[in-house]
Formats: sequence, structure tokens, C-alpha cells
Amino acid sequence: MAEAAAPRKRVKGVPEKLHVWPYLVRLEFLCAILTIVALTVWSIVIDAPLEEAANPTKTPNPSKAPWYFLGLQDVLVYFDPWFAGVVAPSLIIVGLMLIPYLDVNPKGNGYYTYHERKAAIWIYCFGFLVLWIALIIMGVFLRGPGWNLFMPWQYWDPHKVVALVNVDLPYAFGVRTYNGAMLFGGAVVLGYFGVGTVIYFFMERKALKNVGFLRMFLKIELFLVMMAIVIKIILRLGFNIKYVWVTPWFNI
Amino acid sequence: MANNSPQIPKVAELMDKIKSGKIFSEIAKEITESQIWTSAFRHGYADTPRNRVLQIASNVWLHLHPVKIQRHALRIKFTWCMGGITFLLFLSTVVTGVILMFYYRPVGEYAYYDMKYLQYDVPFGMLMRNMHRWAAHAMVITVWLHMFRVFLTGSYKPPREFNWVIGVFLVTFTLLLSFTGYLLPWDQLAMWAVTVGTNMARATPFLGNEGPFAEFIGATPRYDVRAMLIGGSVVGPPALLRFYVLHCIFIPLVAGALMIVHFWRIRKDGGISGPL
Ligand code: HEM
Repeated sequence: MAEAAAPRKRVKGVPEKLHVWPYLVRLEFLCAILTIVALTVWSIVIDAPLEEAANPTKTPNPSKAPWYFLGLQDVLVYFDPWFAGVVAPSLIIVGLMLIPYLDVNPKGNGYYTYHERKAAIWIYCFGFLVLWIALIIMGVFLRGPGWNLFMPWQYWDPHKVVALVNVDLPYAFGVRTYNGAMLFGGAVVLGYFGVGTVIYFFMERKALKNVGFLRMFLKIELFLVMMAIVIKIILRLGFNIKYVWVTPWFNI
Repeated sequence: MANNSPQIPKVAELMDKIKSGKIFSEIAKEITESQIWTSAFRHGYADTPRNRVLQIASNVWLHLHPVKIQRHALRIKFTWCMGGITFLLFLSTVVTGVILMFYYRPVGEYAYYDMKYLQYDVPFGMLMRNMHRWAAHAMVITVWLHMFRVFLTGSYKPPREFNWVIGVFLVTFTLLLSFTGYLLPWDQLAMWAVTVGTNMARATPFLGNEGPFAEFIGATPRYDVRAMLIGGSVVGPPALLRFYVLHCIFIPLVAGALMIVHFWRIRKDGGISGPL
């Protein structure tokens, strides 16, 4: 694939442009038939679920969002709802829309290549396959009552108790006063973004003139937010950290 | 025995025809030259370049296509056919959804029993419901795969940036379509999944009653974005009606309009992307 940028190998005597009728239309037709057959068989074999009538007084445990949102629901374990449920999805949507304007690498336009755009491929695959798809799979199959993790062979015990021994990051570092903790947490969060941004700008200082300040700034901030989610997950799972930054208005 | 010998070359001849595929053109000839066929169709289709172009250009449905296409764009390995399958699944949900609408009333007292009625009494009701639901789920998956392939081929790069933006709107509306439909069976699964989902709106900064800075706006449980979305402070009959209208009218219209723009843009941006 490395030399895909070079003109595609041309088959001798075969024109590069083909008539849509019949060559594309027949493919679409075939695809359509296969899809409809698959859908029909699936619908004959498996019935859509219908549980008991809705009952506002009976909360099921676990209550799960539709499967395609379970990645976000899982982020709720690590973040408060204002972030996991509102800000994160908004940033995902805006961030996705910005991709064509932030990725100014002219290579790899219209063909598969890994070597010509390694970073872009890595970042997208990480976000999509790990943070979105893997979390969904975990949410569907491994999250049981109380949103606790259960392995597939384990019984979903509704009374399972997991000791909550989480502490906030400033506390773990010995900061005991409320205001002190707020300052410490703020310094950590803002410092993370500040230092990350400075490092990136320093590393890419030669590209700054071509790429432009705003572009580079948005790029690194979005990347840092994505990584912050990963860091928070690691802090929680590995070090039992609840919040990094506690303020009267919001907690991170 | 003696009778059999002339038969053998005939069988061999037949096998040859089958193997070489000639048998098909012979059958086609038998049919298209029959009296019934010729009485219905006045003339045949001559496979000329001009006719190939006309087939596309003078057909209202097919003329979404260009008349000619790059060879590589035909390869399943390139497009995975995912955009097209997404569109087909969308159309399937439209057709089956309209049939479901004949039987379903979005009213707290009726909705669940209409589902039961659909499943047990309406001819093919269960099948229609299944097809609608599975096509919707499948569409979510295929639209993600489509997006993934568009990313991997770098097809969002100039001049296709804006079609990618339209695409992000489309994937968002696809999820919202699925989500609003999820409530309509009005069973436990539906009500609680939508409760979990819409509870998030409570936490919207400024606009949700539990969100950061809510006190600056004066948001309360009965007066915030969530209450506006579901028509109350819990997922009840007003939410059902709202989701029904959004699901059957508003979102499909917007998504349909965006799809039209999406397809138009593919052509205006120079057709399927490719190495140049
Ligand atoms: C309801 C959802 C959608 C439908 C029905 C749809 C349909 C299609 C179809 C039929 C094509 C032609 C090529 C192909 O099949 O791959 C296409 C191309 C394209 N789609 Fe979509 N699409 C949808 C969502 C999206 C999304 C979510 C994105 C990206 C965020 C997107 C971005 C694009 C782009 C950039 C192209 C041009 C690709 C190229 O030139 O290689 N679309 N779409």
C-alpha cells in the first residue's frame, strides 16, 4: 500500500471509466438483494424484544441506555453527567465535523494508506475502536446490576457490593483544605492542558506557519480532551481517584 | 441399446451448452422471441454506449448516478458498499415504519397494547416490527462502518470536507432516529433506556437543573431542557407523543433532506474519491 500514491496499475486495454449501467447498477442490485434477504431472514428468526408494559415505579437494575450509547454510559462511571452525557457527546460531534479542517495532510486523499498518515489513522482508530466500540461491547455484555463489572461466566448478583474507597486527587497528594484542594485540582487540570499545548506547539513549531495557530490549537485541545478521558479511567481503575478537580460548580 | 447411441452426442452437446453458459442466451432467446413477450415489448434493448448512458440519464431514480464511473469506485474493497446499504436500510425502515403506523397509537393507554396487537393479531405484524427494528439497528452499524471507510480512504479531504460535515449530521440523526424509536414500544426496556438517556439532559451546563451553573438560569426539574424535551419531569405519555412526532415526522424529514444533499454533493465534489 505504500506506493498507492503512484498511479494505480492500469490493466492494459481496459478503460479507466466504465458505464454505470450496467457495471455499477448491477452491483448495487446484487448488494440490495443480499441485504434484503439477510434482513428478512434475521427478522424471521429473531423477534424484537417486548418486555412488560412500562412501569414508572419499577426501575430495572441495571437500567441500560440503547446499546449504541453504552460507551457514553460507561464514561459516566468516571465523569459526572454534565461531562459524560452532554459535553463529551457535543465535543465528539464538533470534533468529528472539524476533522477535514484540522487534518491538512494532503496525502492519502482517496485511497487506503497507513504510512502516509499514521497519526490520523491511529487517533481515529483509537477513538472509534477503543473508546467507542470496545466500551459499547463492555457495556452490553459485562455491565450488570449496579453497573458493576461481571465476567460472562459470573452470576449477575444484584447485591454485589464493591467497596468505594475512592478519594480525590488533591487528597491523595495530602492537600486537606477545601480551597487548597480546589487550587491544586485546578492547577493539575489547567496545567495538563497548558503543558500539553506548549509541548505540541514546540514540537510542531516548524509547521506552525503552514498549518496556522487556530488549527493547531483546536487539534491539540481536542486530542488532549480525548486523552484526558483515558487518563481519568486509568486514575480511577488503577489509583482509586474520584475527582481531580472539585469546585462548588462542577467536578472533574 | 441401439436406440441409445444417437442420444449420447445430444447429452454431451447439452452439457457443453450448460458449461459454456450458452444455455442462458438460448433460453433468453426462446422467451424474448415468444409471442407473449413480443406482444408486450415492441423492441429490445440494444446494448450500445448511447443506450447505456440513456438508461441512467433518462431515469429519474437512476440519474442520481453519474453515467460513467472510475473503475476503482466499483470495487467493494474500496467503498465496502456501506453508504448504499445504509440508504437501503433507511428506506426499509420507512416502508415498514409506515405499515406499523397504521396500527400504532402513541398514547400512554394504547401504545403497549397496540404493540401486542401488532405482534399477535396483525398479519405479518411481527415480521414488520422485526424488520423495522433490525433494519434500524443495522443502519446504526453500517453508518459507523461507512464513516470508518470514508476516514480510512481520506475521502473527507478537499474538496469533500463539507460532505463529511453533512455526514456527521447524518450519523447524529441516525442515532436520534433510533433513540426516539426506542421509546415507542412503551415497555420497560423502552421507558428505562430513554429515562437513562434523557437524564443526561438534566446535567446540561446552564440549561439543566442539575448541571453546572444552573442557578444562573434558574433551571428547575420542571423547567429545564430535559422538561422541554420530554414534556414533563419524568418519561411519561407526553414524552411518548413527543418522541413519536420526532421519530415519524421531524427527524426522518431532516435526515432525508440531508441525504439528498449528501448524494448531490458526492457528484458535485467530483464523484467517489480516488487517487489522482
Ligand atoms: C444516513 C447516513 C448516510 C448515507 C445514507 C450515506 C450514503 C452515502 C453513499 C451512498 C455514498 C457513496 C459511496 C459509498 O457508498 O461509500 C457516500 C459517500 C460519502 N459519505 Fe456518506 N452516507 C451517510 C453518512 C455519512 C457519514 C456519517 C459520513 C461521515 C461523517 C459520510 C461521509 C461521506 C463522504 C465524505 C462520502 C464521499 C466518499 C468518497 O468520495 O469516497 N456519510 N455516502
